[in-house]
Amino acid sequence: MVIEIIKGLGTTFKHIFQPSVTVEYPDEKRPVRPRFKGRHVLKRYDNGLEKCIGCALCAAACPADAIFVESDENRDSWRFSPGERYASVYEINMLRCIFCGYCEDACPTEAIVLEHDYELSYYDRASAIYTKEKLMDRLDDSGTATPMQVDPGEFDRAIPDMQDPG
Amino acid sequence: MGAEQKLGNLGIVTTTLESLVNWGRTGAMWPMLFGLACCAMEMIATQAANYDVSRFGMELMRASPRQSDLMIVAGRVSRKMAPVLRRLYDQMPEPKWVLAMGDCASCSGVFNNYALVQGVDEVVPVDVYVAGCPPRPEALIDGIMKLHEKVRGESITHWA
Repeated sequence: MVIEIIKGLGTTFKHIFQPSVTVEYPDEKRPVRPRFKGRHVLKRYDNGLEKCIGCALCAAACPADAIFVESDENRDSWRFSPGERYASVYEINMLRCIFCGYCEDACPTEAIVLEHDYELSYYDRASAIYTKEKLMDRLDDSGTATPMQVDPGEFDRAIPDMQDPG
Repeated sequence: MGAEQKLGNLGIVTTTLESLVNWGRTGAMWPMLFGLACCAMEMIATQAANYDVSRFGMELMRASPRQSDLMIVAGRVSRKMAPVLRRLYDQMPEPKWVLAMGDCASCSGVFNNYALVQGVDEVVPVDVYVAGCPPRPEALIDGIMKLHEKVRGESITHWA
């Protein structure tokens, strides 16, 4: 019996010299998979226009009712997105969202994308509601800020021709 | 501010009682085992070797409320479970904190129905809400770090 105990403790002792598997999380972050679904980001076109057209299909597809969209009319002098309408209010409650990605699938313009941010913790429930300003992707150097003034008839189509539809 | 101010070359560390106690509280905040649903799996993963919350002084999950400081509500709380949750919270010694882990504990998430408590803040006061369904172990650790920040900011007048 003593030999068995020594054998067993030998395994334990062997593991002392093996490298640790622990990820020192707040200092060192393990990369997520490319298809990981984290916090949402509302995308822009290269010229700075918002991809979201305020159709609220994401809100309809959401199984948790986490998304609230209110749309408004675009004007050529006050344009946020191509087409007739844009999302004037876009809110996602991160504490309701289950990160299923149905909103991504439902979006006709590929405006909403679930990115890789997962550090979502709050001191109160109200701060878990992300507004459009928080969700919107940052502006590239090539784009201009919305609302922008454009020539009439330039951005009439709400849904552009996509390379990879579906 | 805190236990890191040093007086000259004398090898003396000066601090306030407040920051010393808060440092002690963040350094050994023992969680209570309160796994109710799928979030419990991630809570167990957080405790295991890969993420290892023992690094933050959370040595092991206590099943006994008398020996724990932090209640991690991991999972959905049914109406029948709510009195039990409250009772266990009342049995925890002061100071005590509650972390609502995941969507279901925070606001019932996708389960918007009569059987579940719509957020454990109906029953107990919640300090930190962690979003995710379920949250990754990293997300839970991030919530714990936020709670530590909150505890470090507590003043002597708030001590129970």
